[in-house]
Amino acid sequence: MRSMVQKLAEHPFMTEFVDEQLELIARGAGEVEFEEGAFLFREHEDADRFYLIVEGSVALKIHVPQTGPVPIQTLSAGQALGWSWMMPPYKWHFDARAFSPVKAIVLDGEYLRRLFQDNSEIGYRFLRRITMVLAERLQATRLQLLDVYQVAT
Amino acid sequence: MNAVLTQVRDNRSNKIEPVDPMTPAPCRVMRRRRENHDTFTLEIAHENGLVGFEFQPGQFNMLYVHGVGEVPISISGDFRKSDRIIHTTRDVGTVTRGLARLRAGDTLGIRGPFGVGWPMRSAEGRNVVIVAGGIGLAPLRPVIYQILAARSHFGQVALLYGARTPEDLLFRREFNAWRRKGIVVHETVDRADGSWRGHVGVVTAMIQKVEFELVGAIGMICGPEVMIRFTVNGLRGRNMAGNDIYVSMERNMKCAVGFCGHCQYGPEFICRDGPVFPYDRIERLFAIREL
Repeated sequence: MRSMVQKLAEHPFMTEFVDEQLELIARGAGEVEFEEGAFLFREHEDADRFYLIVEGSVALKIHVPQTGPVPIQTLSAGQALGWSWMMPPYKWHFDARAFSPVKAIVLDGEYLRRLFQDNSEIGYRFLRRITMVLAERLQATRLQLLDVYQVAT
Repeated sequence: MNAVLTQVRDNRSNKIEPVDPMTPAPCRVMRRRRENHDTFTLEIAHENGLVGFEFQPGQFNMLYVHGVGEVPISISGDFRKSDRIIHTTRDVGTVTRGLARLRAGDTLGIRGPFGVGWPMRSAEGRNVVIVAGGIGLAPLRPVIYQILAARSHFGQVALLYGARTPEDLLFRREFNAWRRKGIVVHETVDRADGSWRGHVGVVTAMIQKVEFELVGAIGMICGPEVMIRFTVNGLRGRNMAGNDIYVSMERNMKCAVGFCGHCQYGPEFICRDGPVFPYDRIERLFAIREL
């Protein structure tokens, strides 16, 4: 049976970490499964977890009054989900709902924040990876805002 | 075969006649299909009988609407169905709106096919990733048909297709058939309402869903130029070489044979030297805003 360290090491988000660091991170990690349609988290709830999606897809949605939940983005296996646990007010900004059966590694947000305080090398690497993810998603959002398909191709 | 529509058979005399590439051949709309709110497909046949209309995936024809004007439109049909010429386009300009008004039985003129198409021969024996945005799937559909017609000649194949909304996705009725025949299809939309059960996000984000090796694969991209730039970056992030990535460019094509210069793109003429180019050949031109 594979250890949590091995499972973390296999996830694309964690490729920059060495075993000793993964062992420390694994102390705050667990595995979770969600059925299709289940919520991983909901807007305005306490943001206390960080997910690494292992299988399946998750739809991020925002509730628009008089319209209902509008899908913003779909995240899939190999991607990271949620960074609201990193900064106050530690509240989720979106709903995250399993689009298909989902398996994920879940990391405790408060544990990670303390770990980063105590071990700045892990904190730096983690923030570096998170920043890369944020940059990708910011670029994607800009591309969406451009509405490129409105222009004749 | 880089064929020009030079062979036309007169049904009455059964005589095969050459057609000047600058002279539109008389054609008739056989069928018109509405694809979505602004996109339609025309099935066109030559008035006097067409002799084995051949084209390369990625080539285009000049479609002439009588009394309105001429417009370049990529061929979106199956190369094996040589009795019909298939074009899919949006009704966004004067001529394309004229095309949109045509019905079965109406006549129009066609010159073509023109230009350099997708590198089908180079793709044989290799993995292929096809990335399309919006109407950009139309010039790539012949690529898919050609791969399906000789599936064993190609490695693993993925189609990554993005559109503005679910309603804008083209040819969805064919996706399951393509999947059954061994093409991985990932579709996504930029925006959707709660009823959409598919993926939401830009098409460039789909690149990471391709599970097979992209080093040494052939990439073919067609869509808005901004989307092409982001997609090239994504494919290069998977260590694809610039000369393995092919892009279809668009400029204001008029003559279609490299005479008039309307579609000049640096030292290239899109109509004659393209519309499909290996990315590394035109990479530096992407950075020149005046082009």
